Amino acid sequence: MSLKIGVPSKGRLMEKTFDWFGARGVTMRQTGAEREYSGAVDGIDGVELVMLSAGEIPRELAAGRIHLGVTGSDLVRDKLADWNQQVAELAPLGFGHADLILAVPACWIDVDSLDDLDAAAAAFRARHGFRLRIATKYHRLVRDYLTENGIADYQLVDSQGATEGTVKNLTAEAIADITSTGETLRANHLKILQNAVIHQSQATLFLARRADWPPEARAVLSALSAKLGLELPAV
Amino acid sequence: MTVTPQARAEAEALFAALRDSGAVAVEADILQPAGTLLDLYGEDIRARAYITQDPLRGEMVLRPDFTVPVVQAHMADGAEPARYTYMGEVFRKQDHLGPRASEYLQVGYEVFDRDAPEADAEVFAQFARLLADLSLRPLTGDIGILLAAIEGLTTTPRRKAALRRHVWRPRRFRALLDRFAGRAPIPADRLDLLARLRAGDPERLMAEAGPQIGLRSAEDIAERAQALLEDAEAPAIAAPEAALLYDLIGLAAPSDAALQHLRGIQPLMPAILPAVDRFETRLAALRRRGVDTASLPFEASHGRSTLEYYDGFVFSFHDEQSGDPPVASGGRYDALTAILGQGRSIPAVGGIIRPALVAALKGGRA
Repeated sequence: MSLKIGVPSKGRLMEKTFDWFGARGVTMRQTGAEREYSGAVDGIDGVELVMLSAGEIPRELAAGRIHLGVTGSDLVRDKLADWNQQVAELAPLGFGHADLILAVPACWIDVDSLDDLDAAAAAFRARHGFRLRIATKYHRLVRDYLTENGIADYQLVDSQGATEGTVKNLTAEAIADITSTGETLRANHLKILQNAVIHQSQATLFLARRADWPPEARAVLSALSAKLGLELPAV
Repeated sequence: MTVTPQARAEAEALFAALRDSGAVAVEADILQPAGTLLDLYGEDIRARAYITQDPLRGEMVLRPDFTVPVVQAHMADGAEPARYTYMGEVFRKQDHLGPRASEYLQVGYEVFDRDAPEADAEVFAQFARLLADLSLRPLTGDIGILLAAIEGLTTTPRRKAALRRHVWRPRRFRALLDRFAGRAPIPADRLDLLARLRAGDPERLMAEAGPQIGLRSAEDIAERAQALLEDAEAPAIAAPEAALLYDLIGLAAPSDAALQHLRGIQPLMPAILPAVDRFETRLAALRRRGVDTASLPFEASHGRSTLEYYDGFVFSFHDEQSGDPPVASGGRYDALTAILGQGRSIPAVGGIIRPALVAALKGGRA
């Protein structure tokens, strides 16, 4: 086994990943018991399947412990500094679509855009004595986006789950989170800021630029990319 | 190794030179309480701070900067006037791959003195003297002139406040000024929002939109809705007045020539008169200390994208060959002392030198 590929270890992301590769003649399957995290690849030689949590795949790619990996483009951009120097995007896989957006209470009739959020943050800080809190787990993406757009008087607060509930629970005034249909946001009386999509994410096949790439691994990569119809970047 | 023996030796030499010139050595804890400290800094330092949890003291931060703790110590029990120097590591996360250290030494000098132009000149001349043999390029600016120009605009207090608040974010400032001056159209989403706000009273609109959740109250929301409607009625800043401000933002010239230029536009912009007088007094004080103000570079926008707490004279010393941050930088931060002093304030100016960059320059030259 000379080329390691990391794929999500469960759920729809795993199934869709298997489907995507399967449609291109590379069959991935779980081996052993149903819940055991081990897998095998048929249809091509020399590829080892590594089953990982999608959230850990960016780190494993950066460390070079896997050569290729399937995970959300949002996770790679958020977890890796200068992500495109550490990994290369080989192919968007066309599933796992979600937008990273900013949302505020629907009752904020005065706030539709980033401009409004900025002005509301100024007034909020003046009145309440602290910066307007935005709950998120996507710190890097959100911070870079807000800095780029010159937003001030906010602070990011960490929320690793149930982020939509933070406003009602008074631990944040606004949120930045991934949404696909917006249903959970509406159920929690939040609305999406207009023209402020931070990132449009989808499952993506990445290549680890800094992994060890001996000739055998390169040979397997060439065979695999020919089979998948991918163009390889200069590494 | 992050802090090299060479960098430490440079730091100690600079620290000793500042003490010899009469500054009192001060210490600041490496672990600082995060709350008040981080609330004062701009987003850049906040995002890059190392924050940790202490079981007894709550959220703590690895010292990202000395200025705030030194001001706090001075406000607590310092006598006036005061001159302080310090030396030690600061910690800032780096968000890009590359050689920039996340832990490095700073040597600093802070002056609390009510004679502001003299103190500005003193700090600058002190740094110029300490760095004299490195042939660095100095650059100066004065955020006080920009703030005065904004204050003098013929427009609503709200628009002035918005411009003042974004002085430190040049792109956003520019976008706001373009809009207030009628140079940029009102965005479509703002027009839609205004149309909706005009269609009903805020209470009804809020009730229709959803339940009241979160700390931002109905009163907060209604107040801003009203402010938006009022702002939509405000006339644009007159074109000649806006043109003067655009001109001022772009002003870059040797200091004496910059003063001439400011004296030239001052009759059209009388609000900047006190700030320009201070600029002139500072230049005279610099000349008395041997600084050649005929060649000293001045840019009205210098310092706008660095530390948000600078609100007057700003300066930096750069090595033009390297892409490094400035070898030294500093400025006046009167407003910060007012916030930390809870009612009391003291004019303050200071700056820092990065000894690692001094050592690198000397090493490269040896």
